[in-house]
Amino acid sequence: MAITLRSRREIELMRKAGAVVADVLLKLKEIAEPGVTTARLDQVASLMAADAEAEVLFKGVRSPLSKIPFPGAICASLNEQVVHGIPSEKTKLKDGDILSIDFGVRLEGYCGDAAVTIAIGDISDDKRSLIDLTKHILETAISKSAPSVRWSQIAAEMQKLAESAGFSVVKDFVGHGIGRKMHEEPRVPNFVSRELLTNDIVLTEGMVLAVEPMVNAGSSAVRTLKNGWTVVTRDGKCSAHYEHTIAIVENGCEVLTMNRR
Amino acid sequence: MKMAKKDTIRLQATVTDALPNAMFRVELENGHRVLAHVSGKMRMNFIRILPGDTVIVEMSPYDLNRGRIVLRN
Repeated sequence: MAITLRSRREIELMRKAGAVVADVLLKLKEIAEPGVTTARLDQVASLMAADAEAEVLFKGVRSPLSKIPFPGAICASLNEQVVHGIPSEKTKLKDGDILSIDFGVRLEGYCGDAAVTIAIGDISDDKRSLIDLTKHILETAISKSAPSVRWSQIAAEMQKLAESAGFSVVKDFVGHGIGRKMHEEPRVPNFVSRELLTNDIVLTEGMVLAVEPMVNAGSSAVRTLKNGWTVVTRDGKCSAHYEHTIAIVENGCEVLTMNRR
Repeated sequence: MKMAKKDTIRLQATVTDALPNAMFRVELENGHRVLAHVSGKMRMNFIRILPGDTVIVEMSPYDLNRGRIVLRN
């Protein structure tokens, strides 16, 4: 496994890219209201990235499952959509929806990737607890990340938190290393598997990972829609996800996708 | 954007042409025409493939023009 360790200078550059991502997500959180289309959110994200002279990561990404390269700058996944929802003029946010927005940029050669799930208008209590728990899972993973910790320990904790609340962890997608490319080694799952236990990841200073727990209200089974991109829960129940790009540093880890003061 | 758990994905395809050396041109469900070779396991078990067969092709995200035929129905 060739995990590239980043120097302090590189981590600083990734912090700048992360700040752009965080600022965009903050702005989108503010403007996402009932009646707004996901295309509008995509447009705002693209404009903000262009202003910061950053290149959006997702637009143009090809997948063997789809005829079309990904058409948006953000992934806008509503309710039972897990990830990779395509922003569209036809998708209008309504009161009671939960929307997961995933966004990434490359600034001066280095990437940042983050995601949030937001409530549109007033949402039901179980949607609220799904979102809050998913955020808590990410925060727990971040708090436990430090050099010499094995990822399987953290993944076990993440999975336990989700499952003891009656939710399930999406197993078809995983977090990832990130650096000059959007997806780098290692694969960072949010659950424990035999594969992870045999090829565990020992966190080391200089590693930069995108940790992205995806939690389903119902069962973990997902499927991909005919557009070749959008992933939805098979049982139709809601899904939430949160993501941060974190750098493992000497005495713990630092979140790079933070808003600059 | 989320990274998939496995590197490779398996897609259903129809065989369009037979080429020399156990290579076949196959057409995926999404219309892509791909050059695919027969997997070693299938060769070992003498499984024949003919144009018109429906097969499962294993694709890598690193080269979207190549695949490996892993199953024949």
